[in-house]
Amino acid sequence: MQGSLSWLLRFVEGQQLSSLPRQSHRITMLAGLSVLNLFPLAALEVGQQWYWEIGNLKLHGQTFATSWFVILLLVIASLAATRNVQRVPSGIQNLMEYVLEFLRDLARNQLGEKEYRPWLPFIGTLFLFIFVSNWSGALLPWKLIHIPDGAELAAPTNDINTTVALALLTSLAYFYAGLRKKGLGYFANYVQPIPVLLPIKILEDFTKPLSLSFRLFGNILADELVVAVLVLLVPLLVPLPLMALGLFTSAIQALVFATLAGAYIHEAIESEGEEH
Amino acid sequence: MDSTVAAASVIAAALAVGLGAIGPGIGQGNASGQAVSGIARQPEAEGKIRGTLLLTLAFMESLTIYGLVIALVLLFANPFA
Repeated sequence: MQGSLSWLLRFVEGQQLSSLPRQSHRITMLAGLSVLNLFPLAALEVGQQWYWEIGNLKLHGQTFATSWFVILLLVIASLAATRNVQRVPSGIQNLMEYVLEFLRDLARNQLGEKEYRPWLPFIGTLFLFIFVSNWSGALLPWKLIHIPDGAELAAPTNDINTTVALALLTSLAYFYAGLRKKGLGYFANYVQPIPVLLPIKILEDFTKPLSLSFRLFGNILADELVVAVLVLLVPLLVPLPLMALGLFTSAIQALVFATLAGAYIHEAIESEGEEH
Repeated sequence: MDSTVAAASVIAAALAVGLGAIGPGIGQGNASGQAVSGIARQPEAEGKIRGTLLLTLAFMESLTIYGLVIALVLLFANPFA
C-alpha cells in the first residue's frame, strides 16, 4: 500500500514519463491535476485585517471601505429615485417605491398602525444597510481589488464589530422609545406581570443585542466560509447552489434583523390594556 | 499552539457544531411538518404560512450558528493558544 502510494505520487509528478511511454496521456492528465494544486484557485483566510491606525485606535480598514461603498450605493440610489419624481413612477423610482412599501408593511406589522411611522426610517435603514451589505459580499467580485496585509474585501456584516454596532443601536433605540413613551414608568415593565421575573428581564437586555449581533455575524460568515471551503475543494459549478442559498439566507437575515428590531421597539412602547 | 490545546480545541469545535445542530434540526422538522399540514388543511393561507415559517426557521437556524461562532473562535481565534 505504502509502495503503491509513493509510486502514484511519482507518477503524478511525471517522473516516470520516459519509462512509461504508452500511458503518457494518463500521465499528462494527472500532471494537469497537480498543476491545479500548484496554482490554487481559492484560499481560505480568516481573521486577516487591513488595519488603519488613527491615534491609538486600530480600525478594520476593509470593513470601513466596504461599508462606505454600501452607504454610497444606497445614497446614490435614493437620490436618483427622488431627483425627478413623476406621478406615474418608472425605472428606479418604481423600484424604490416598491422597496418603501415593503419596508412600511414590515414596520407596520411589527409596531402597529399608530406607532410605526416615527420608527420607519430606523427599521428601513437597518434592513437596507444589512441587505445591501450581505448581497454586496456575495455578488460583487471584491477579490479583484487587492488590499494590503493579506486581508480581503468582503461583506461588512461578516465583521463582528459591524453587527455589534447595529445591535447596540437597536438596544438604544428601544430604550429611547420606551423612555420617551412612558417616561420613567418604562422601568415598571421590568416588574410588570410578576416581580419574580425581574432578573430574567434584566438579563434579556443583554441577550437581545448579543443574539442579534451573533446571529447576523454567524450567518454571513458561515455562508462565506461554506462557499470558500467548497471552492477550495471543487472550484467549478458545485458551489453555485450554495451561493444561491447564501443569497437567500442573507436576505432572510436582513429581514430577521429588521423584524426583531421592530418587535423589540414595540415591546418597549406597548402599554397594558391597549391592543393594537 | 500546544498540541493538547489544539486537539481539545478541534474536538470542542466539532462538538459545538454537531451537538448544536441536533436541537434546531428537530425543531425545524417539527415546524416544517406543522406548516405543511397547515397548508394542506388551508391552501389559501399558504403565503402567510410560508412567510412565518421562513422567519421561524431563521430563528432556529441561528441556534446552530451560535455553536458555529464558538467553533470558529476555537479554530481561528483561540484565546488559549
